[in-house]
Amino acid sequence: MATADHPPTHRRPPGAPAAELPLEPEMWPLVQNRHDLVSVGDAIGNVVLTRVHPKQWWVGLLAGLIMLQFLAVSVAWLFYKGVGIWGINVPVAWGFAIINFVWWIGIGHAGTLISAILLLLHQKWRQSISRFSEAMTIFAVMCAGLFPLLHMGRPWFFYWLYPFPNVAGVWPQFRSPLTWDVFAVTTYFTSSLVFWYIGLIPDLAALRDQAGKRWQQLVYGVLALGWRGSAIHWRRYEKLYLILGGLCTPHVLSVHTVVSFDFAVSIVPLWHATIFPPFFVAGAIFSGFAMVVAIALPVRKWYGLEDFFTDHHMDICGKVMLATGMLVCYGYFSEVWMSWYSHSLYEWGTTLERLFGPYGWSYWTLLFCNFLVPQLLWSKRVRQSTFWLEVVCMAALVGMWFERYVIVITLTRDQLPSSWGTYAPTIWDYATMIGSMGLFLTLFFLFLRFLPMISITEMRELLPKKQGGGGGHSIMENAP
Amino acid sequence: MSTPSTLPGGPDTRPGSDISGHDDTAAPAVYGYLAEFPDGDSLVAATRKAKAEGYTRMDTFSPYAIGETADALGFPKSEMGTIMLIGGLTGACSGFFMQYWCNTYGYSLNVGGRPYLSWPSFIPITFEMMVLTAVLSGLFGFIALCGLPRFHHPLFNSKAFDRATRDRFFLVVEAVDPKYDGPAVRSFLDTLSPLSVEEVME
Repeated sequence: MATADHPPTHRRPPGAPAAELPLEPEMWPLVQNRHDLVSVGDAIGNVVLTRVHPKQWWVGLLAGLIMLQFLAVSVAWLFYKGVGIWGINVPVAWGFAIINFVWWIGIGHAGTLISAILLLLHQKWRQSISRFSEAMTIFAVMCAGLFPLLHMGRPWFFYWLYPFPNVAGVWPQFRSPLTWDVFAVTTYFTSSLVFWYIGLIPDLAALRDQAGKRWQQLVYGVLALGWRGSAIHWRRYEKLYLILGGLCTPHVLSVHTVVSFDFAVSIVPLWHATIFPPFFVAGAIFSGFAMVVAIALPVRKWYGLEDFFTDHHMDICGKVMLATGMLVCYGYFSEVWMSWYSHSLYEWGTTLERLFGPYGWSYWTLLFCNFLVPQLLWSKRVRQSTFWLEVVCMAALVGMWFERYVIVITLTRDQLPSSWGTYAPTIWDYATMIGSMGLFLTLFFLFLRFLPMISITEMRELLPKKQGGGGGHSIMENAP
Repeated sequence: MSTPSTLPGGPDTRPGSDISGHDDTAAPAVYGYLAEFPDGDSLVAATRKAKAEGYTRMDTFSPYAIGETADALGFPKSEMGTIMLIGGLTGACSGFFMQYWCNTYGYSLNVGGRPYLSWPSFIPITFEMMVLTAVLSGLFGFIALCGLPRFHHPLFNSKAFDRATRDRFFLVVEAVDPKYDGPAVRSFLDTLSPLSVEEVME
């Protein structure tokens, strides 16, 4: 990806030893313009410390808060009345709750991918979008977690999901993917939060020392835990960050694998498939990148942060979306192929129902959004155009929502025609979904206001040495 | 740091006049000498020279990690790997045995005559518990080893030190160093061409 865009070689001064290249590659500038340590801190830090927020920020927050009211009302009504207010029934017993759960948690995965997997792969372009997308992960997992909890009917007994000594002597059934999900999502939320916070500590200290107002010094100072940038602390910090990256990499794959087990372990035709885990993970990354880019494009404009979220970043994100989108489409192909090739009556019958049955329109919508529209990303002009990239991202988000819809709606036509049925969401299903988007937007706009949306520390590291940056300094032990 | 006075009208300089019994007039203890550098390379060079000079109780401070200084200070490795390995293994074992105990003894559920110890279905949670405990032991291990949270530190008495998280690089030679001798340290640090050298009080 990034490495494909190698530097124009003439930039290297003649006679410079080639051995220095891996340390300070003269690749496309990931930080544009002649920033130095102070200007990086000011450009990013002043967004939260001094800047009067742009009008769009207020509009966004207000929109989020209004949508959040939908959640408040629908959850209050749900608590009073029960899950009967939703359109769920046999055979589709989960409906929107699991569609939205999988959609949100998939969106969250891009954050961990960017911060953990790309960290291990030494992809330096990840640094400017990592903080931003980690925040997105945490908020998306919060939204995702809402749905299984609300679907329980008695959400105040949520702790029954965990093993704890109780008078009834009942323990969870650990052979069920639903209990795996509880542990996977809980761990995912915790580890994402820890990863995010560890990354924030040096930035919070920078804000503490940069802040002009007393309350800012106090709040950021307390959150920074008294960080002072000691070499020995840095060594532990970098080691911890690297190991966390190493742990979160298999972990993020495991989370969506476990989510796919919720479907794949059952014996419903088209669900009981070994392709599900990789298919789900690719879809998660696809939709997650779509969300990252969809938010980053307007935000960088509002805050004038084009120096950090450069067109080059958007270009790379577009390529990642194209690659993962094609993986997802391979999954669609494989599903149809396997059901035809297997000669299984039920698999093939369900496939025909999926393509041409009463809900066939949703399948073609998903193919349009996830297969046809992303083809635009082959063009570099589209990848670098704010408008068209935004269009593709929105299509991908809608398409990935419909993918889960198509999977869940499979239940309306299973092996036994006597158990066939229909599913239609009610107004409360929609209200809860819009409400979850409101929760996400509200949290995200508050994050933009109160925490640095780009890692100040990592941007400083990324600067070339001649601009005061860490380019060329080693981090791990036994540096030459 | 100026000791806050309990009396209006400035500090009371009479010996032993503080109501807490603390002698305000006693000279504050010295924490060490702090030298300020403009960039990472000069900090690395200075740290290596100070090490060669025989100082052992030193630390450096920078807005981002500079691995060479940690090496020069004689801190080549970090304990984080060991801590997280032990934490993760503990979590994996306890996670597995939790499931085994719950589904075998706590509430044994016979599903189609399958064994109680159906270990393949216990693997996902074992893995999740491994990650969870490794991450948490990493977080708490890191905070504990670094002695955080520590909201006050003698170095925060230095005004220049505010820029340690911004654009300056610092080397401190602590007073607890066996070779420490105020004027000698100062003149040695001056030879490293720093931007400034300052004596920091406790």
